[in-house]
Amino acid sequence: MPNVMIRKNDAGDLLFYVAKKDMEETISSVETDTPETWGGEVVLTDGSRWYIDPISPPPSFPTTLRFKRGDE
Amino acid sequence: MATLTRDEAQALIQEVLEAYPDKAKKDRAKHLAVNDPSVEQSKKCIISNRKSQPGVMTIRGCAYAGSKGVVWGPIKDMVHISHGPVGCGAYSRAGRRNYYVGHTGVNVFGTMNFTSDFQEKDIVFGGDKKLEKLIDEINTLFPLVKGISVQSECPIGLIGDDIEAVSKKKGKELNKPIVPVRCEGFRGVSQSLGHHIANDAIRDWVIGNRDGDTTFEAGPYDVAVIGDYNIGGDAWASRILLEEMGLRVVAQWSGDGTLSEMELTPKVKLNLIHCYRSMNYISRFMEEKYGIPWMEYNFFGPTKIAESLRKIAAFFDETIQANAEQVIAKYQAEYEAIIAKYRPRLEGKKVMLYVGGLRPRHVVGAYEDLGMEVVGTGYEFAHNDDYDRTMKEMGEATLLYDDVTGYEFEEFVKKVKPDLIGSGIKEKYIFQKMGVPFRQMHSWDYSGPYHGYDGFAIFARDMDMTVNNPCWSQLQAPWLKSAASA
Repeated sequence: MPNVMIRKNDAGDLLFYVAKKDMEETISSVETDTPETWGGEVVLTDGSRWYIDPISPPPSFPTTLRFKRGDE
Repeated sequence: MATLTRDEAQALIQEVLEAYPDKAKKDRAKHLAVNDPSVEQSKKCIISNRKSQPGVMTIRGCAYAGSKGVVWGPIKDMVHISHGPVGCGAYSRAGRRNYYVGHTGVNVFGTMNFTSDFQEKDIVFGGDKKLEKLIDEINTLFPLVKGISVQSECPIGLIGDDIEAVSKKKGKELNKPIVPVRCEGFRGVSQSLGHHIANDAIRDWVIGNRDGDTTFEAGPYDVAVIGDYNIGGDAWASRILLEEMGLRVVAQWSGDGTLSEMELTPKVKLNLIHCYRSMNYISRFMEEKYGIPWMEYNFFGPTKIAESLRKIAAFFDETIQANAEQVIAKYQAEYEAIIAKYRPRLEGKKVMLYVGGLRPRHVVGAYEDLGMEVVGTGYEFAHNDDYDRTMKEMGEATLLYDDVTGYEFEEFVKKVKPDLIGSGIKEKYIFQKMGVPFRQMHSWDYSGPYHGYDGFAIFARDMDMTVNNPCWSQLQAPWLKSAASA
């Protein structure tokens, strides 16, 4: 369950940053991304999957959230 | 020799790796790569930020070096106690040439060494009492000190001293920030973790100090310069460009910086990061907590300076954008004259770099402005995100070497035969004795500044002075010369 910092890059994409793992990836898709809720399964550009319980209302980025590994 | 092709470079890496036993070879192979600028993610071809192999000569430092030497050390109006045995502080004192203004020993303390000088009894019975006494002594002897940081050396972590408790107690007593930093040297694989620990200490003990204080009048053009350590005056050469643009530089982190500047940083509009590796953590934190955007910039060489000034200006209104153009135009004649003077003398020369965490990619543009080509680059302590950024800067089929060993670097140099090497003091004399021109790119070889337009003039002069120095042809011993050449 790593702490992940989500922020927007210059192009407006969401970046998924895990300081401990030194990993910075772009998020390619989010399961639920509506004006009311944000979350569910998140897929990164490197193909890895992460999960977060949907948050409502959506958080304002940048923010730090706790994710689970998608395959757990 | 012409630049290597991709296959030649691969063959060279294989050849160099042959000397290792199997296990070491397998590990080192992951740290050496041939650049392919089209690759988006460096982790597919190069591994970084891993423990160095036992038995090889590595050039890395420790977490204490990253915290005390890099991040905290330059903050001039604080005393940084090297808490532990005397050596760590004594040998790292004033070696980094972070320039500052002030009266040393009165209101600034940059080049002084404060240590708790641990003896056997402190290891056995603990050093907390000694630390308390030391803090009192500092406050008595130097009443103008604005704060104190306690930089732990290895034994502090090993014997389990509670420096946090002492710091809290003394901080209350003296009413000054006293910051415990858990940067024991054994933590992490290189100085990089020290940067992170130092950033976290700033986050926990400094950043929020003035959150409720509204006496500071924030302006619309406030920026902070982050990750510029003012080596040889670098931050000053950068700062004037920003000020000429009409921006107000509220804080310098941490070269020539003060504690109150750091405390005021959360009130700025934009954080400008020069050294991404050592200060990105705190910038990310300020973005999250205070909503301050941050951007990386590069003030090496006119091409990158112009690019960065425009990028910075894009965050502000049209006045600033117009000013940025004026600044670039103002210096144009100056830098064109420098290029006209030095480029013919340096055109086509090949450079190999091996520096810390930012310069292996940042100075590439400055060399290119002088017509030189960077044929190999590597970092001591970079992480994957640094290589992501590097691979785009570097040309096709250039060498990349992470945490290069003494042996590998020598072999690469023998084969690639660069006209100049830019690295640190530990590499300097080996290569000079091999007859290869060398510049120290950590401390600018006691020259500098190299940032900004003013710095570029000095940079160009220094490179010319080194590459075209007549001494390099005189290095062969007389008895080794053949009859014809003697």
